[in-house]
Amino acid sequence: MQRLTEFLVGLIFGLGLILSGMTDPSKVLGFLDLFGAWDPSLALVMGGAIAVGAFAFALARDRTQSVLGGAMHLPRATQIDKRLVVGALIFGAGWGLAGFCPGPALVASASGEIKAAIFVVAMLAGMGLYALVERRIA
Amino acid sequence: MSIDWANFTPWASLAGGVLIGVAAALFVLANGRILGVSGILGGLLRPAAGDAVWRIAFLLGMAASPFLYMVLAPAGWAMAPTIDAGLVTLIVAGLLVGFGTRLGSGCTSGHGVCGLSRLSPRSLVATLSFMAAGFAAVFVTRHVFA
Repeated sequence: MQRLTEFLVGLIFGLGLILSGMTDPSKVLGFLDLFGAWDPSLALVMGGAIAVGAFAFALARDRTQSVLGGAMHLPRATQIDKRLVVGALIFGAGWGLAGFCPGPALVASASGEIKAAIFVVAMLAGMGLYALVERRIA
Repeated sequence: MSIDWANFTPWASLAGGVLIGVAAALFVLANGRILGVSGILGGLLRPAAGDAVWRIAFLLGMAASPFLYMVLAPAGWAMAPTIDAGLVTLIVAGLLVGFGTRLGSGCTSGHGVCGLSRLSPRSLVATLSFMAAGFAAVFVTRHVFA
């Protein structure tokens, strides 16, 4: 049952990314282009997602077990430190360069976009690089 | 700033956002998990025993989504991403996104959607940081060195 929900969650999430426009880098860059012709659409993606998510996370907060009976894997980290901010800044710079963040890049490459697949390979290399240097920065 | 009304898609973007929210809601309530793509993917690089299958099931669902979309979408709604970045930009951007999301413990889905939904101050700081860097990167590439 858990395998099925994981698959379904991925499927619904991917459909949402496509329908919202997140899988189209030109759309994403149009949103990030505050000082040009700004396309505000993606603010509504965030708004729609959080409007639903806020209810679910309020319900989830007090649960000791998931509905399917597994453990709750909620983040415990609360510290706002240099690695959080520097990591987010590096990520944002890459996002603004190509217009892809991880989820949409995966969906676009699954749809057969070669350029998205190239991005995904580089992204995996970046994740691998982090795994190599992790102990030295942590 | 001027608004690009020609490309503004409020309803599709709102509906897509609601679907993303439904996915995140289902994940945390049914399975107790955070829908964070960079964490789910990154955790596969060195998976602990028994910690890989759920990640793969989720990623397979994501990979199947374009095909379901093609079946469901009405004519004229084809998924047709426009990717202007060249090869070098794609590689540099991919490296930055991969490294940065792991260092900062999350991306648009984990920090932006789930973290803000949980009212996490940590995710708010991360989201403001990556948005600011995204705005800055586009400003530099489109208006400074255009």
